[in-house]
Amino acid sequence: MNLGLPKLSMKLTRRDAAAALAALGATGGVALGVRRETDAEGVGEADTARDGEGLPEDETVQTVMTAVAEAVYPEAISGIDAFVDGFLAGRLDGSSHDEGIRAAVADVESAARSWYGAPVAGLPPGERDDVLRELGADTAEENPQGTTAERVRYYVVNELLLALYASPTGGELVGIENPQGYAGGAESYRQGPP
Amino acid sequence: MSGAESVGVGRADGSADRTPVPDADVCVVGAGPAGALIADRLAGDHKVVVLDAGPRFDPADRLARQERAIRPFYDRPDVWGVGGVRDAHENAGDRFYPLNHARVKGVGGSTLHWQGMVMRLHEDDFNSGTARGIGPDWPIDYADLRPYYAEAERELGVAGASDNPYAPPREEPHPMPAFEPSYSDSLFAEACESLGIDMHSVPNARNSEPYDDRSPCVGYGTCQPVCPSGAKYDATVHVERAEEQGATVLDRAPVQRLDHDGDDRVTAAAYATPDGKTHRQEADAFVVAAGGVETPRLLLLSASDRYPDGLANGSGHVGEFFMDHLFAGAGGRLDEPTRQNHVGFYTSGCDQFYDAADETQAPFKLEFLNYAGPSPVESALSGDDWGDSLLERLRDGYGTHVAMGGLVEQLPRADSRITLADDRTDDHGNPVPRVEWTVGERALDTIERANEIQVEILEALGADVEWVAGPDATGPAYHHMGTTRMSDDPDRGVVDAECQTHDLTNCWIASSSVFPTSGAMNPTLTIAALALRVADAVDDRLSEA
Repeated sequence: MNLGLPKLSMKLTRRDAAAALAALGATGGVALGVRRETDAEGVGEADTARDGEGLPEDETVQTVMTAVAEAVYPEAISGIDAFVDGFLAGRLDGSSHDEGIRAAVADVESAARSWYGAPVAGLPPGERDDVLRELGADTAEENPQGTTAERVRYYVVNELLLALYASPTGGELVGIENPQGYAGGAESYRQGPP
Repeated sequence: MSGAESVGVGRADGSADRTPVPDADVCVVGAGPAGALIADRLAGDHKVVVLDAGPRFDPADRLARQERAIRPFYDRPDVWGVGGVRDAHENAGDRFYPLNHARVKGVGGSTLHWQGMVMRLHEDDFNSGTARGIGPDWPIDYADLRPYYAEAERELGVAGASDNPYAPPREEPHPMPAFEPSYSDSLFAEACESLGIDMHSVPNARNSEPYDDRSPCVGYGTCQPVCPSGAKYDATVHVERAEEQGATVLDRAPVQRLDHDGDDRVTAAAYATPDGKTHRQEADAFVVAAGGVETPRLLLLSASDRYPDGLANGSGHVGEFFMDHLFAGAGGRLDEPTRQNHVGFYTSGCDQFYDAADETQAPFKLEFLNYAGPSPVESALSGDDWGDSLLERLRDGYGTHVAMGGLVEQLPRADSRITLADDRTDDHGNPVPRVEWTVGERALDTIERANEIQVEILEALGADVEWVAGPDATGPAYHHMGTTRMSDDPDRGVVDAECQTHDLTNCWIASSSVFPTSGAMNPTLTIAALALRVADAVDDRLSEA
């Protein structure tokens, strides 16, 4: 059925990240590009695993989440790096949610290194997908206090899917430019299909 | 703080002063819409105290609550923290009643999660026995409530229009223009016209333009259960206004019982506080505004030697005649886009069949929904797929749904009731409410009638009808009514026409619990109108004193 849906080539923008943050709430970083400064490291160089009892730094979280996003977002989506960076700028705010993201990212990274001998970002997309499935994140139901699979589903996979599909570009991919969670105004519901 | 699990961090300080207010004129139990409106109306001239069982929610949490509404981990009661021992209850009727899906405890009450539809009852709703040959008449008429309806519309902020030929007479336009019809309304309009069925706008307690220093709707699409923008009215508006005038509002102060003297006067509300203490709030007048379940429960919990069957229960009817509106619906898919789920409210309805009600057919209204089918973002978070296969699933699942809803009146029945559980207690050791929800044949038959019309419209629209919510699949609309019914006769009702309890000289009830019959219109505008009327009655009494 041809419903006039957009062609599968969409670029995520800073507006999308801002919209996702506005939908889900954040205390800081809504003005994009204000992430805490960290020393940039190459993908293969980043220390992406737990450091003792510590949790991954911002840069590591950004690297891993972007790598996972490239696996769980549709292929036609571009602009992922800036989108994830902007979105995380608001979510890594010192909250319990922030801590949950970091812990789940550490679990994903640890699994990638243990099972595939490389950080997530160093794996080809197919193997990133494998890591997530072998962790059980595909069949797990999200749960912020649950098993590793359930936490990875909540804090990593669903965190990224929520950010995408609550944004205007993510919505447009499906055919709704004002998806639930996005304050897209009270006009689009009156308009016919584009 | 971001993240759905961060909710609650910003709640009010548990060590806040919750001691009684000396020399209070009025004590209001419940900070939902009725209690809030009364507090606001009286606070300018009287010393008002409001006690609420639940917390004062932090407005900064609203986006996190919205995230809870979207994420699959959280059930509906989790959005506003309902559940646990505090909200335990029993079901004993022939139909399950999901009580904790149907209420919010806290400052703002259930308006925090409501849909925000604000219709006036029809004239015949006040005279069901006389006009329809079944059920009791109210001791007041539409004309008695008409000016209060207009006031309530101004207080809540109602967006509406006068294009509904079946609505009761009104004296002035709504405070705001109605929301324009949706794109899917325009699809329905053609089908309805071919069938001779009228569509019209519906009144929303939701800002279609800036109103009362609150934002217009910005289209978050999660109206029920949470509006992050504040465009949808909730009772925190009037709580804040009452506090600005000097009212004291205590959260997490569940009233355990009402005490009385030997002269049929309520003397104090005994309430618990988070520190484990119990206090007594004395006042000259008391208003119980705790909704259709907790209001009768409190009266029953307040039984004494003088009132062994419960306070204000000389009639024996406290808790009886528990009613809700029954949902009737149908939906399907078209072979063209229908533009659903952009907003979380509906914009067109049909009241054409409402006043055909008689002994065998209940009044019912029809709704043309703007949120048929799955919300893509919610669908995206469940399932074992991601990437391109997820997108394909979302595209297949979204875009062509249409659906109609409807509400049907149920008649009051003594065997549909709220009582106290025998063995189960809440976090303060009080018996929890037991819900026996019983629905009669008239309502079930009327659901079938509504379904017939809905399916006829959908078929005229060219839809492939995929589901029908008929008598076997119906559920409640979360409108608790009837459990302290209004009657001029002390043997037949709990409160009189002024909503004052027959048995007690200084106690009023402001709630849908006073409705003798329910009609089929969403109840909150009528709750608000009755509350404003109660405020006048209390003010008169206090002024006389």
